[in-house]
Amino acid sequence: MLTYILRRVALALSVILATLVSTFLLFFAGPSDPAQAMCPETRCTPQRLEAITKSLGLDKPLAQQFLEYFKGLFVGRDFTYAGDTVHCGAPCLGYSFSTRQSVNTELFTRFPNTVVLALMAAAVFTTVGVTLGILAAIRRGTPADRGIVGSSQTFGAIPYYVLALLVALYPVVLWNILPQYTSISSGVGPYFAGMLAPALILGLYTSTSYTRYTRNSMLETLSMDYIRTARSKGIPERTVLVKHGFRAAMSPIVTILGLDIAALLTGTLITEQIFGVDGIGRRTLAAFRAQDLPVIMGSVLIGATVVVFMNLVVDIGYSFIDPRVRLS
Amino acid sequence: MTATANGIATQSAEATSVGDVVLDVDDLSVVFPTEEGLVKAVSNLSYQARLGRTLAIVGESGSGKSVSSMAVLGLHNPKRTQITGSIKLDGIELVGAPQSTFQKIRSTKAAMVFQDPQSALHPFHKVGKQIAEAYLAHNKVSRSVAEKRAIEMLDLVGIPNPKRRALQYPHEFSGGMRQRAMIALGLVNDPKLLIADEPTTALDVTVQAQILDLVNDLQKEFGSAVILITHDLAVVAETADDIVVMYAGRGVEKGDAKEVLAQPSMPYTYGLLQSLPSHSEDLAELKAIQGSPPSLLNLPPGCSFHPRCEFKDQVPGDACWTQLPEWRPTPGLANRQLRCHLPDPVRTLQEDEGVR
Repeated sequence: MLTYILRRVALALSVILATLVSTFLLFFAGPSDPAQAMCPETRCTPQRLEAITKSLGLDKPLAQQFLEYFKGLFVGRDFTYAGDTVHCGAPCLGYSFSTRQSVNTELFTRFPNTVVLALMAAAVFTTVGVTLGILAAIRRGTPADRGIVGSSQTFGAIPYYVLALLVALYPVVLWNILPQYTSISSGVGPYFAGMLAPALILGLYTSTSYTRYTRNSMLETLSMDYIRTARSKGIPERTVLVKHGFRAAMSPIVTILGLDIAALLTGTLITEQIFGVDGIGRRTLAAFRAQDLPVIMGSVLIGATVVVFMNLVVDIGYSFIDPRVRLS
Repeated sequence: MTATANGIATQSAEATSVGDVVLDVDDLSVVFPTEEGLVKAVSNLSYQARLGRTLAIVGESGSGKSVSSMAVLGLHNPKRTQITGSIKLDGIELVGAPQSTFQKIRSTKAAMVFQDPQSALHPFHKVGKQIAEAYLAHNKVSRSVAEKRAIEMLDLVGIPNPKRRALQYPHEFSGGMRQRAMIALGLVNDPKLLIADEPTTALDVTVQAQILDLVNDLQKEFGSAVILITHDLAVVAETADDIVVMYAGRGVEKGDAKEVLAQPSMPYTYGLLQSLPSHSEDLAELKAIQGSPPSLLNLPPGCSFHPRCEFKDQVPGDACWTQLPEWRPTPGLANRQLRCHLPDPVRTLQEDEGVR
């Protein structure tokens, strides 16, 4: 078990490293010029452009820039800006090109907002999606099943940004049924109340695919020979469904769930943008617009870590559900 | 259990001694309505299983062997199956019975051993718990008592180190061991009828014989009736007392198993036996029954077997095409029944064998 985890952690680290290297290379392979982006259009002289390039460290060879970035991650690094030297301790993600703020501060103050939004949404879509999916499966072919499948397909077919916009517009802004997003500084109560609208719509929308996954998985499980065996024991049908059907039907769902939560944690971009949630997704989008390499690298690092970590959690969790996948 | 109070109507006496009828299937039809039409999986099937005896139900895939026995335990989806006729298990009428009745008789009066123990045991539950669950469902005992009973059962079916094995998962068992565990599960409530649905098909040949011996030994010990569903005639020869040969959902010949195998009287049974490789005549070409089984959606008129029957010319008139043959005693043979229009089937088949 321990060697398994160590091996997985080593693998995880190499995946994160590979992601960072490719992001770095891709950034410079593309038509990117952060200095140009920062240089005021009307008063941008070649001298000024050169000065900015130099101050950002973009004049150094690529390999050196990357090594310095890495040094910052593990031991910290010093930044010289306008004559002052600032030490940035490990893990140093650098300073934003555009805001001059520490990337660590920029991202780690926003990350919790994304986490809260993602987890609230996940709570909604797992409960709603799994419940409806199980109901549809055990009532297969009945009007209840058709209603659930039909409505979830219809709901899921509407583009997400349209739905999210409608929710943001009507219940939140015009009718004032649901409160608007406010930052945590205005209190825990208002903060979570404000998260309700974005989390609900994100959760309900995602639940449509969970309804489908769960229904299919449960139907497949119920057609298994071991369900017939369970019935032939003379135990109540409910025990057959819950004890023998549900757990087996859930094992593929757990995998998708882990990956989906990871995807949401790396940024619920549209939701954050529409509801004004100050999360990591929105900040990353702004960074892409400004060609703000340190912030992009920082959010890629967080994203890669979250995905790799969730994968590990899924694999370990899976081994608890399915004894055939015991880790060795 | 003769109580009518708990919803089980008692219509005839319980089976108690060897030879008593435990299961009386009469004119049973099982039909699955589908979008393409009615699938007649079982039509007008009648047979009896008796305490202390093994009844073999033999036929090709899709002949209705498994479907008919799953009806005994009520394992078909009632919404998508039409069952008519009568199934009397130990005096209890099961056709049209509510789920609560089935829940009571499953495992206590009739249990089933399924074909593939790999898929028939739950992969996530420990073997001991799976057996104990069936015992707990019908006995007011504590979990630990039920688990002890499960270990006893594993021991009984010849699983070494049953205490340790009970705590393992099915994937930690070999194929033969899994089937033994499945049999232990079937017998945990001492049912009067054990239905073994091709219990050896998924096992390798060396293990097959062991499992059959085990079923035979346990039958002697428990005195229960066994229904052995199989397409393997060698298995029938070794283990069965009585036989029903099925074709396209109908019984076509029944009688004493050894007699039927030694002297078949229905062309289909004869064809099945002819298609068996024999050890004595080496290099003789195997003779297959021509054609393939009919679609259960659209059974041929008259005798379902007529399109494949080599002997239909010897039936006067067009009876084979137009009339469903009724059960009748085979002329010249005692204790044998068949559905066939041949005037003297035994002689016809003997002559054919002589020619070969």
